[in-house]
Amino acid sequence: MKILVCIKQVPDLESRFKPNGSKLWYDEADLAFRMNEYDEYAVEQAVRLREQLGDAADVTVLSIGPDRVGEALKKAMAMGCDRAVHIADPDALLRDPWQIASIIASFAGGRGFDLIFTGMQSQDRGSAQVGVLVAELLGISCSTTLVGFACDGEYVIAKRELEGGIKGVVKLRLPALVTCQLGLNVPRYPTLPNIMKAKRKELLVIPVAELLATGPVAATVSFHPPMRKGSGMVLEGDVSTLVEQVIGILKEKTAVLR
Amino acid sequence: MKALLVGEYREGNLLDTTYELFGFADQLGAETALLLVGSDSRLPAWVGTLYLADAAQYGEYNPELHTQLVLEAVARESADCVVFLHSSYGWDLAPRVAAGLKAAQVSEIIGIREEGFEVGCCNGKMRRTVKPATPSCVLTIQAGAFPQLQPGGSPTIIRMETAGSSSLEFMGYEPAEAKELNLTRAEVIVTAGRGIGKKENVPLIAALAKALGGELGASRPVVDAGWVPHGHQVGTTGQSVSPKLYVACGVSGAIQHLAGMKKSEFILAINKDKEAPIGEVADLLVVADLLQFVPALTARLAK
Ligand SMILES: Cc1cc2nc3c(=O)[nH]c(=O)nc-3n(C[C@H](O)[C@H](O)[C@H](O)COP(=O)(O)OP(=O)(O)OC[C@H]3O[C@@H](n4cnc5c(N)ncnc54)[C@H](O)[C@@H]3O)c2cc1C
Repeated sequence: MKILVCIKQVPDLESRFKPNGSKLWYDEADLAFRMNEYDEYAVEQAVRLREQLGDAADVTVLSIGPDRVGEALKKAMAMGCDRAVHIADPDALLRDPWQIASIIASFAGGRGFDLIFTGMQSQDRGSAQVGVLVAELLGISCSTTLVGFACDGEYVIAKRELEGGIKGVVKLRLPALVTCQLGLNVPRYPTLPNIMKAKRKELLVIPVAELLATGPVAATVSFHPPMRKGSGMVLEGDVSTLVEQVIGILKEKTAVLR
Repeated sequence: MKALLVGEYREGNLLDTTYELFGFADQLGAETALLLVGSDSRLPAWVGTLYLADAAQYGEYNPELHTQLVLEAVARESADCVVFLHSSYGWDLAPRVAAGLKAAQVSEIIGIREEGFEVGCCNGKMRRTVKPATPSCVLTIQAGAFPQLQPGGSPTIIRMETAGSSSLEFMGYEPAEAKELNLTRAEVIVTAGRGIGKKENVPLIAALAKALGGELGASRPVVDAGWVPHGHQVGTTGQSVSPKLYVACGVSGAIQHLAGMKKSEFILAINKDKEAPIGEVADLLVVADLLQFVPALTARLAK
């Protein structure tokens, strides 16, 4: 079985974000990048399926972006993916979901992947579109927001997470694409021997120009902090003073402390 | 501007969140028609054209057939935009409809601006304004961002049918895990977010909860990592709470968390990041390392 996992590299979300020169997205300087959290679950699930199927399965991990995404690809290989494809694109962060999906679909088309995993969304853009669009472009079965997964080689049994914690159970015929939600599994940490092994695995670089044939369909016209700041109070300072201030405020504003 | 709204129906009921679509369309100044895969016995209270397909026939979740039904209604209505809730139903269906229409999709809209639609990004820390560049567009709106508008009256029904098979089969629902804890009655909830760093720090948060006579809450990553059982989770996929005092320790304030606690009477947030979006709902944000501040507060309360 041929398996593809699509991952994105995103900034650490605890960072401060400043608009870049174009004022349409964040400035990358000073940001530390890591694998999108949702995609870690996608990689883990693909690797588990590979372990279940043994050598009958082969897992390719793909990422679109500048040179730095090589780090995320190496991590995915250290987690157990067999090979990696880096679609070299310095402008990846500025592309809309339609373009990103088109690039992935033009790579995947004709390569006969039986199963494709993506995260349900990215932590920075959060559009939740790319996975489903890839499935549409390839004309394959798709379900989203998985918190449960089983596959026997012919069908996938997917558990989708719905609002309030209810789950919907869906059976998909392969080939299929699924998007992974937080909590689907417990992603492993790469071990040192596996990190070393990953260095010898194949990493194919393809320039984006070979795969991108379509312009954007939506435009970001501005990137800015929230206008409406909270009306609450903000306290900073040394801990013992803060404690006294907080006790005072809780006594005054809540019926909880007397 | 003509908007085709796509309503939601689950376990035999029209979901109330459907009325948020009317609230959005009203702010957009759009004429509306509604498509629903539902039933005659649960019709929305509103006057207009309802494209109704039978959920008994097409399933409550069958995105391939539902996409066909939506596309058919868009054609009949000559709609300029198709609007979904950004929900497990909407974010699954919307990109399929966008692909079918070759239209731009704007996801999880929180506001309407002159230049385009406002959406959140970077985990709620920043905003983008996005403008579709295609003649028609697909929109999903953030749950709770627009008021429910229940116009009243009854719709004119146009029955919808579609042929075709599907590569997926919906097998049914699994109920939510039984809650071993009911947080909704707690007067005080002290929540552990991922900022607590590791499982070994859960007792620090639990001790503050005890000192305040409240319960321990948890954000989703803390539950997913197995640090705290699911019964303690607050948010869209956990419990919705409104205690007298909510203390968020190391919680960034993602929309799915806020949705479950923003109605609390008083919100105290402890975060080392002054810019964390939890500040938008907090009555009091203490910018501090929780590992120092929380034990100090607990000790002071014990005096
Ligand atoms: C469909 C869907 C449903 C979801 N449902 C839920 C839900 O029900 N509930 C939920 O909570 N989430 C839910 N999520 C996940 C949500 O999007 C966020 O990922 C999650 O809420 C983040 O949890 P957190 O704030 O604890 O962690 P993070 O976002 O990682 O934030 C950690 C915070 O801790 C702070 N911090 C770190 N160290 C310290 C320190 N030493 N002292 C003080 N502060 C510190 C950081 O500044 C940061 O703000 C859902 C997501 C999706 C897509």
